[in-house]
Amino acid sequence: MSIVEFKNVVKRFGASTVLDGIDLSIEKGEVVVVVGPSGSGKSTFLRCINVLETIEGGDIIVNGLSVRGSGAQVRELRREAGMVFQQFNLFPQLTALENVMFGPIHTRGASRAQAREQAEALLRKVGLGEKMNNYPGQLSGGQQQRVAIARALAIKPALMLFDEPTSALDPELRHEVLKVMQDVAEGGMTMVVVTHEMEFARKVGTRLIFIDQGKIAEDGPPEELLSNPPSQRLRDFLQHVS
Amino acid sequence: MTFEWSVIWDALPSLMEGAKMTIRITLLGLIGGTLLGFLTGVITTYVKVLVTWKTTAIAVATLAALYILLRLASWFGDSFLPGVPDWAWTVLKLAIVLALALRFASRVPVALSFLAQVYILVIRGTPIVVQVMFIYFALPLIVGWRIDAVWAAIFTLVINSGAYIAEIVRGALLSVPKGLKEAGQAMGLPFYKILAYIIGPVALRRMIPAMGNQCIISLKDSSLFIVIGVAELTRQGQEIIAGNFRSVEIWAAVAVIYLILTGFIALVLKFVEHRTQIV
Repeated sequence: MSIVEFKNVVKRFGASTVLDGIDLSIEKGEVVVVVGPSGSGKSTFLRCINVLETIEGGDIIVNGLSVRGSGAQVRELRREAGMVFQQFNLFPQLTALENVMFGPIHTRGASRAQAREQAEALLRKVGLGEKMNNYPGQLSGGQQQRVAIARALAIKPALMLFDEPTSALDPELRHEVLKVMQDVAEGGMTMVVVTHEMEFARKVGTRLIFIDQGKIAEDGPPEELLSNPPSQRLRDFLQHVS
Repeated sequence: MTFEWSVIWDALPSLMEGAKMTIRITLLGLIGGTLLGFLTGVITTYVKVLVTWKTTAIAVATLAALYILLRLASWFGDSFLPGVPDWAWTVLKLAIVLALALRFASRVPVALSFLAQVYILVIRGTPIVVQVMFIYFALPLIVGWRIDAVWAAIFTLVINSGAYIAEIVRGALLSVPKGLKEAGQAMGLPFYKILAYIIGPVALRRMIPAMGNQCIISLKDSSLFIVIGVAELTRQGQEIIAGNFRSVEIWAAVAVIYLILTGFIALVLKFVEHRTQIV
C-alpha cells in the first residue's frame, strides 16, 4: 500500500503554476530523493504533502488521509509526516531536550516522564547525549539540525520529510546531518528528501525524482539516473550541481 | 529664596496619599489595558481585514440594520405590550444580538478585527485628556448615570493603554520568524497551542522593552487626570501649593516621587528581561 499518493496535483502561486498535474505514488520504506533546479517546485512539492501549502487541484493522500480534509484531519495527517526544515526552526526558548519532548507532550498526550525518556534516547541516537540541556543558540548548525531530526522522529511519524536539510550548513557540518539521515533510512523509515546532495541520493536513496518546471521529468533508481542521465535536461542540471 | 526641607516633610503624608491613588489608577488601568491589548492585538494580527471604503460601508450598514432592528423591537413592545418591564426587553435585545452572532458565527472574528482596528484608530488618534473628559463629563449625559471620577480615570487608562498595547502585541507577534509557526503546524498542533506554547513565549520576550515604555507613559499620563479632579499625585501637589505657595519644594517632591515610581517599573522590567533572555 502506498503511503503518499499524488493524484493530478496542481499548485499555483498567483498566475504561475508551480506544480502542474503531478501523479506519483510513494511506497512504505522508500527513500525518495527529490532534485531539480531552483524554482522548479521541489520544495513546494514537499510542503504540499503536510499541507504547509494548500493545493488548487487534484488530491494527495498521506497514510490514508486527504490533504483536503477538515482541520482536525489535517492535523492528524501532519502527525504522520515529520518535517525537517532548511532553517532548523527549533524553539529558541526551549533546550534541546525540551524541543524533542514538546511534540509527544502536546500532540500525542505523552506524560513528561515518558517524553523525557524517549527524547533522551533519540538525542543519544543522533549523537547529542552531551548537549541535551543546551539551548538552540548554544549549538552549531549541524547540531541544531540533528535536534530537529530527533524532534520530528519523537512524534513517531509514518514518514519523514526533509526540506533541503543541509543547505544552510557549512560543508564540514553537512556530513554529520547526512549520517544521521542515513541511520534513519536504515532503520526502515519512509523518507522524502529535497536536496542537492547527489552523494546522499546515490548512497542512501532508493528512488530519484527530478522535478523540472512543475512536472516530474525523471523518476527511477538513483544510481542509474545519475550515472547515465536519460535526458539532456537532467544532464545539464547534474553538471551544474556537481 | 531658600529651599525649606520642612515643607516637604509636612506635605509628605498627603503626597503619599496622592502617590497611592496614582499607583492604584495606573495598576488597575494597566492590568485592564494589558488584557484588552492582548485580545485586540491577537485578533488584529491573525484576522486580516483591511479598513477600506467597502468594509467600512458594510460595517456601518450592519450596525444601522442592528440599530433599526432593536428600535423596532422597542417600538413593538411599547405599542403592543406596555406592561412588560424594561429589564425583560433588555434581556430580549441581548438574546437577539446573541442569536445573530451565533447565526453569523463565521463572520464574528472578521467583525471583531474590524472593530478592533477602529478602536485603535480612535484611541490613538485622540488626546487622553479629551478621552477622560468625554468619559467623565459627556458619557453620563448620554447613558444617564454618573461615573465615579476614580473609575472614570481607571477606565480611560484601560482603553488608552489597551490601544497602544494592542500594537505592541501585534508588532511582537509579527516579528516571530514564520518558521516557528510552521514547525508547530508540521507537528499537527492546533493554532491556539502554537500561539500559547511557541509564538507566545518568544513574542512576550520581544514585548518587554515596549511594554516598559507603555507602563511608564501610562503612569505619567495619569497626572493628566487632574482635569477631572481625581486626587492623584499631581493634583495633591497642586492643592498643597494652593495652601502654602511653596511651588519649588512641592513640585520638586512630586517630580522625585514620579521618578521613583517610574524607576521602579524600569528596574522590574530589566530584571524580567534578564531572567527570560533567550540564549
